[in-house]
Order: sequence, then structure tokens, then C-alpha cells
Amino acid sequence: MFRFIAFRILQFPLILAIIYVGTFLLCWVAPGDPFQRTERPLPPQVAESLRRQYHAETWYGFLVYYPIKMIQGDFGPSFNFPGRSVGQIIKDTLPVSATVGLIAMLIAVIVGTFIGTLAAVYRSRAPDWISLTVALVGVSLPSFVVAALLRALFAFEWDWFPVGSWTWSPKEMVLPAVALSLLPMAYVARLTRVSMIDTLSSDYIRTARAKGVGRLKVIFKHALRNAVLPVLSYIGPATAITMTGSFVVETVFQLPGMGDFFVRSVEARDQTMILGVVMIYSSMLLALNLLTDIGYTFVDPRISVS
Amino acid sequence: MTTQSDIPAVDHLWRRMLANRRVLFGGIMLLVVVGLCVATVPWTLFHSESRYHFDYQDDMLPAIAPGWQVHSDPLDQTSPLVDSRAYIFGTDKLGRSILGRCLMGGTISLAVGIAAAMISVLLGVTVGMLAGYRGGWVDALLMRFVDIMYGLPYVLLVILFKIAFEPFLERALGTKASANIVTMFVAIGLVSWLTMARVVRGQVLSIRSQPYIEACRAMGLPQTRIFLRHILPNLVGVVIVYATLTVPVAILQESFLSFLGIGVAAPMPSWGSLAAEGVSQAFQPYRSSWWMLAFPCIFLGVTLLCLNFVGDGLRDIFDPKREAAKI
Repeated sequence: MFRFIAFRILQFPLILAIIYVGTFLLCWVAPGDPFQRTERPLPPQVAESLRRQYHAETWYGFLVYYPIKMIQGDFGPSFNFPGRSVGQIIKDTLPVSATVGLIAMLIAVIVGTFIGTLAAVYRSRAPDWISLTVALVGVSLPSFVVAALLRALFAFEWDWFPVGSWTWSPKEMVLPAVALSLLPMAYVARLTRVSMIDTLSSDYIRTARAKGVGRLKVIFKHALRNAVLPVLSYIGPATAITMTGSFVVETVFQLPGMGDFFVRSVEARDQTMILGVVMIYSSMLLALNLLTDIGYTFVDPRISVS
Repeated sequence: MTTQSDIPAVDHLWRRMLANRRVLFGGIMLLVVVGLCVATVPWTLFHSESRYHFDYQDDMLPAIAPGWQVHSDPLDQTSPLVDSRAYIFGTDKLGRSILGRCLMGGTISLAVGIAAAMISVLLGVTVGMLAGYRGGWVDALLMRFVDIMYGLPYVLLVILFKIAFEPFLERALGTKASANIVTMFVAIGLVSWLTMARVVRGQVLSIRSQPYIEACRAMGLPQTRIFLRHILPNLVGVVIVYATLTVPVAILQESFLSFLGIGVAAPMPSWGSLAAEGVSQAFQPYRSSWWMLAFPCIFLGVTLLCLNFVGDGLRDIFDPKREAAKI
């Protein structure tokens, strides 16, 4: 177990380096000079000094300089937001995105599992149809439409939740989190449904029922524990989906999150910002995947991590 | 798990598809929507592109409400030059028919979805089979790559791809619009083959350990023959199912990109860009143009719902082990 974890953690720098180089290449191949974005070309001296300021005189200089700084926790200055450092922007915006994303994931996993279980137990009957159709709305409408509808209904029409402000109050997080959770919720519900159907038809469930264990107890105690395994493995990709959705949902609800910054910086070819965000994001994801793999062994002791 | 013996014969398959209400309903609705969109292309392609009904530019000009709507709002006076009854779904702010835009946008959205599905079949099946069949370090390398790609937000990959390759394509294809759409096809396709690769790999792994493959090997059949004649046919089921499920995901992804302003470019519509435009117009406190949101969303929602129905239904059909489990 410890060898496995150590091995995976040793892999991290390698994977991060590959992601770094890949992202860098894509940024660098992209035509258009990030320093020449105005109509009038900059005087060569100014461009030169700008380049020096960002350590971007040569591509290899850039490629080598930033990873060393990143290890020290410094992501360099932002190309697109002059005067602000990438580290500062991430520090300001990441907590907002992460909080909303986390709440959304919790909603998605809990409600999704419940819906999926319900659908599996009442397979091919009304609850199956209803719950799956409800879940499918999540994958059938873009989240910006759902978010805008939620906003119009619960914030403008009924005034239940505030929008447009951000003071870290839970009330402000409800609508964005719900809007964000719909897509992963739909996937979780489907995964749970399929694996629950498989589990419910297995012998040990029949044995448990035959021995007189109550129906609810069999479903929630015996079956669910095995049926949630695929959901666990889905948490990594689901985080990616939530992250992507957050770009959109944050715009609709005007949250001061990372999504908007990120999209704008990609469009402006803000290379330090892109690299910084991608690095932070992929390290979080790698850590999450490792935790999921370890989590497997707790849910299902038969699975050995190696 | 489909093994050789489990694959239902083709006519049997048809019967099951017709018997599965979800597939039947979804399939019929899909055919209707796709048929409508594609059949009207000759008209929508040339007529939906910025046809102004007014010679003057005026930002305050209202979008015209659907013709059947009762005009109770005295302020909502559409120009007498335009007969609003001609537009059953109303128009946008430039006076373009929403119906025409929806049909044209549907063609583009569906094309994006189908292109993504085709790329994901090509790439996903190749990578998945290689990984599953060769095993060892090939498997490890490919699957780590898939893991990494899975983790990155696809918006990043798509935008970077777009920035990097759209100018090249523009030079190659000549026009901006075609370069934009081809970039969209390829970019979304390139991020949607990952699930396919994983599923195919899993399937190959499980088939490879079946006794009949071992028997083939024991009989001395060459690798390629085992591969093409005994493994490939058994993958058809999963590949069809996941290709079907890729289409709605790709369409949704395009709509996200459109919302962020980097999807299908302006004069060309897609369901996503129409919905994004509708969102900005429908929730105006004064004079809401709800039809600009409602109709694209109905088209989009119904199509995606049906695609999901068909995909899920097909999965049930190709996987006969999952017959009704009662508890």
C-alpha cells in the first residue's frame, strides 16, 4: 500500500512535466504574439523589454524559467492583467470556484446516487422513467440555460436567493451549485442505475432477501456499497466536468471565480496564466485520482491498489 | 459483456429495438428532427444569413414575436413593414426567422456531433484495441495519456487547438467560415474519444480472456485473423452505443463554447449559439424575447434527450445480461 502510494507520488512530477510541456507547445505554436496585441506595432525596444520582463526572450528560456519559479510557489506576472501576478489571481479566485464546485459535487453524488438507486429498484416502471428523464434534463440542456432559468425564477421572480454579490454567504452558493451539479448528477444517476441493476441481480442479494433481510436494508446496506464503485471512479472526470461547467455558471451568476479569468486569459494567450492554472488544476486532479484509488480499498477491501 | 454467442442475430436485434419503447420513441423523434434540419438546408443555408428587414441600424429594434402570439403590449409594435404572421417562431433582432435559424443551426450542431462521434470511433477504437490487445507498456503508456487528457478541462484543449490550428486551416480552405466549422469538428472530436478508448480497452481485455480466443490461438490462427475475425466483431455493440452517446455530449460541448464566444462563428448558427443568444435576450426585464430562447432550447433539448434515450436503450439491448432484475 505504501509502496503504491509512494510510486504514484513519484510519478506526479513526471506527469506534471509532460502536461507543462504539452500546454507550452500548444501556446507557443499558436500564431499571434501576446505582446503585439495593439493595432500599432510596439517599438522594438519596448517589445524587447517586455519580453525580458516576462523572461520570454527565447522559448527555451521561458520553458525552463517558469517551472523553477513554480516550485518556489511563484507563477510569474500575468501577461493579460498587467501588475497582477498569476499566483495572486489564483489565490483570489480559486477558493470561490473550489467551494462552489465542491458543493456541486456533493449534491451531484448524493442526489445522483439516490435517483439512480430509485431507478434501478423500480426498473422499467414509472419511477425509473421519471427519475431518469429528470436526470436527463441535466444532459439535455446546456447548463447556461438552466442557470439562467434558475436565476430568473429564484432570484428575480421570487427573490429567494441573492445574485450578483459574493460575500461567502451560503445563500449565494445555492443556485450556482445546483446549476453546476446537474450535469455530473445525471451521469452519476445513470452509472448508479446500471451498476445497481447488475448488483441487484447477483446471488448474494437474493440470498440476503431469502434469509429475510428487509428490502430497504438490502438495497441501501448490501447493494449500494458495491454499486457505488463505478461512481467513485467517475469522481475524477466529474471534477473536470464541474470545472468546465463552472466557466459558464460563474459567468451567469457573476461569481468572482477562476473560470472567467481562465477563459479570458486563454483567448488573450496569457501564457503564464494558462500554465499556472493548468498546473494547479492538474495537480489537484492527480491528487484527487490518487485519493479515489485509495478510497476504493476502503469501500471494497477485495481490490488491492497495486 | 457481449461474447460471440450473446450477439443477437441482426433481425432479432431489429425486433428488440422496435420492442424497446425508449429506442423506438427516441429514434422516431430523432429521424423527424434530423430530417427536418437536413431537408431544409437548401433554403436555410442561403436565407438565414443576415437578411435585414430594415435599412437602418437600430439597437432598440425589437425582435419580432411569433406570429400567433397576441400582441397585448402596446409598446410592442413591430414595424408595419413586416408581416409578423410570416414568422411562426418569431425573429431575432436582425429580423432573421428563428425557425430558419433553428433548422440551419440543427444541421451544424448535428454535424458537429456526428463528426465528433466519427473521430472518437476512429481514434478511440484504435487506441483502445492497441492498449487492450498489446497490453504491457503500450497499454500503460496509452492509458496514462488518456487519464491525463481526461483530467484536463476540454475547454482549454479546444481553445488552444482552435488558436493553434484555425489560421492554418483558414489558409488551406480559403474561407473563414469553413475553417471555423472544420476546426470545431476536429477540436471537439479530439477531446471526445477518451471514453471510447477506455470502454473498448475494457471490452478487448474481457474478450481476450474468453476460452474461444484461447482456442483460436491454440489452433494456430494468426494474430491478425484472431483480431479481425474474432475480436473486432464483438466490439461493434459497445462502439455503436458509445458513438451514439458521444453525439449529445459533443453538441453540448459546442454549446458551451458558443456561450463563451468561441464556438461556431457569427453568421452561422448552431443550437448552442442560438440558445446563448437567447439567454441574453430572454431575460431582459423589459420586453423579453422569450422565443429566442425557447425554440432553440426545445430543438436542442428534444434532440439530446432522444439521443440519450437511443444510446441507453441500445446499451440495454446489446447487453442481454442486464435483463430485468427484480427485488
